Amino acid sequence: MSATAPATDTAESTARTRALLTTPDTRRRRTDRTMQVLIWAAFVLAMTPLVSLVWTVLSNGAARMSMDFLTLSMRNIFGGDPSGGIYHAIMGTLVITGVAALISVPVGILTAIYLVEYGKGALARAVTFFIDVMTGIPSIVAGLFAISLFTLILGPAVRMGIIGAVALSVLMIPVVVRSCEEMLKLVPNDLREASYALGVPKWLTIVKVVLRTSVAGLTTGVLLAVARVIGETAPLLVTVGVTDSINVNPTDGRMMTLPVFIYRQYMQGTATCPGGESATCVPDIAMQSAWGAALVLIVMVLALNLVGRLVNRWFAPTLR
Amino acid sequence: MFRWIAVGAGVLILAVLAAVALFLLQQAWPALTAGSDELAAAVPRFPEGTSFLGFVGPLVFGTLLAAALALGLATPVAMGIALFISHYAPRRLAQVLGYLVDLLAAVPSVIYGLWGISVLGPAALPLWEWLNRYLGWFPLFAGDVSSASRAMATVAVVLAVMILPIITAVSREVFLQTPKLHEEAALALGATRWEVVRTAVLPFGRSGVISAAMLGLGRALGETMAVLMILSPGFLYSFKILAGAQQQTIAAYIAADFPEASGLAVNMLIATGLVLFVITLAVNMLARGIVARRKDFSGAN
Repeated sequence: MSATAPATDTAESTARTRALLTTPDTRRRRTDRTMQVLIWAAFVLAMTPLVSLVWTVLSNGAARMSMDFLTLSMRNIFGGDPSGGIYHAIMGTLVITGVAALISVPVGILTAIYLVEYGKGALARAVTFFIDVMTGIPSIVAGLFAISLFTLILGPAVRMGIIGAVALSVLMIPVVVRSCEEMLKLVPNDLREASYALGVPKWLTIVKVVLRTSVAGLTTGVLLAVARVIGETAPLLVTVGVTDSINVNPTDGRMMTLPVFIYRQYMQGTATCPGGESATCVPDIAMQSAWGAALVLIVMVLALNLVGRLVNRWFAPTLR
Repeated sequence: MFRWIAVGAGVLILAVLAAVALFLLQQAWPALTAGSDELAAAVPRFPEGTSFLGFVGPLVFGTLLAAALALGLATPVAMGIALFISHYAPRRLAQVLGYLVDLLAAVPSVIYGLWGISVLGPAALPLWEWLNRYLGWFPLFAGDVSSASRAMATVAVVLAVMILPIITAVSREVFLQTPKLHEEAALALGATRWEVVRTAVLPFGRSGVISAAMLGLGRALGETMAVLMILSPGFLYSFKILAGAQQQTIAAYIAADFPEASGLAVNMLIATGLVLFVITLAVNMLARGIVARRKDFSGAN
C-alpha cells in the first residue's frame, strides 16, 4: 500500500458506487424498456381504429358527395335509384338537436349555477351524485323514457321529433351541467367579492360578473354537449321513427335524422337492378348513401368539437 | 327569486331521474304481470312456457358477456394510454395526444357500426379463424366461425374501442394526481421509470382505475348501434364468441324490435329496458361511490 493508494481507492469505489446507483442491472433495464415499448404500443394501437375509421369514412363518403345529395330528400326514391339525398335527414338532425339544446342548456346552466353558487348540504350532494349517475344512462333507455312519457300523454304509437328531443336532453343535461360547473368554478372568488363590496346583490353578481367571465367556457361546454348527442341513433330510432320526406316540424309526425338515415340505408342492403348497373340503377347505392351521410355527420361532429375548443382558447378571459 | 330558479333546476334533474325510473316501471308493469301465455302470443320470438325472467335471462347474459369482453380488451390498453399521456409522452405533445384519444369518443356509434362491419370484420376474420383452428378446444373459441365476422368477438373489439376514451380520461386524471414527492422519492432510490410507475403511480391510482373501468363497463352495457349492426343475434346462453346467432344484448334487442312492436310487445320491450337501466344504474353508482370514497381519504391535496 503506497501513500497514494487510498486516493485511487476512493475514486474507484466512487465510480463503482455511481455505476451501481445510476445503471440498473440488466433485468431491471430490460423490464423498463419492455414496458416503455408496450406503453407506446398501446397508444399506437388505439390510434389505429381512429385513423382507419376517418380514412374509410372520407374515402367512401367523398364519392357520394354532390349538390343533389345534400339538397334533395329521399321522397319517391326506390331501389337502386341514385338520385335523392339527405336534405331531410340533415334538417331533422338540426331541428331535433336544436330543440334538445333549447331544453337542456337553460336547465343545465341553471343547475351548474345552483351547484357552484348556492349548493350546500344534502340536496347539492344528491344533485351532484345523480348527475354523475345520469351520465351513465344508456341512450336507448333515455329513448324508452321519452316514449313512455309521451305514450301516457298522447296515447300509443306516437312518433314525433319533440319526443326525440326530450330523449336527447336527458342525455345532454348531465354533460352540460358537468362542463359548465367546471367553468363556473374557474371564475376567481375575488371578482365575486369585489362585486359584493360594491353592494351588488348576489343574483346580479352571477348574471353580470360570473356568467360574463365564463361565457366562453360555457359556450365550449354547450358545443361539446351538442356534439355528444348529435350522433345518437338508438333513442331517435325508437322515438322519432323514419320518413323519406322533408319534415321540419318537431310536433308533427315522423322525422328523419342523419344517424337513423345511416342505419336505415345500411339495413337496406343491395338493390336489384334488372338491366345491370346503369345511370339510373346502382346496386350498392344504399351503402354508398350511408357512407355519404356518415361523412356529413362526422364533419358536423368534428366541426362542433373544433369550434368548441377554439372558442375557449380565443375568447377565454385572461384572469391574470 | 333567481336563487329559487337555480334550486328548481337542480330539483328538476332529480325529478327527471325519478321520472325515468317511474315511467319505465309504469309502462313495463303490464309485461311484468302478464302470464307467459299472453306474452308468448304478443311478443315475437317469445318461446312458449317461459316466464319473463326466463326470456330476459339470455339477453342479460349476452349484455354482460359483450361488456365484460370489451372491458377486458380495453382496460389494459387504456391504462397504457393513460400512462403514456401522463408519464411517457413528450410534455408538449401530451395534451394534443389526449385530445386525439378524446376524438374516439366523439365518433357517433352508428359510424362505429358501419366501420365494424365493413372494415374491422373482414380484417379480423383471419384472426378469428386462426383462434378457432388452434385454440378451438377453449370454450370461448369453439363452434363455427361466423363467415361474415358477425360474431361477439368483433362486437367486443368495437365496444372496446368505444369505451377506451372514458377509461383513459379518468385514469389519466388519477395518474396525474400522483404526489410528485412519491415519484421523486422513488427516483431518488434509483428506480427506473417503470419502477416509479409500478411503485408510486399504480398503487396510488388503483381505485381510480377500478372506477374508470366500471364507468367504461356502464358505457359498454348500454351501447346499442354497434351491436345491432354487427352481431347476428341469437337467444342462447352461449360462450361461443366467434360463432354467429348465439347471443344478443338488451339494448340491441330493443332497438331491433321496437319500431315494429305494438301493444303488450312494447311493454315487454320497456320491461327489458328497465332491466338494463337497473344494471347500468347499479354499476355506475358503485363506480361513483368508489371515486367519492377515494376523494375523502386520498392525501393528494
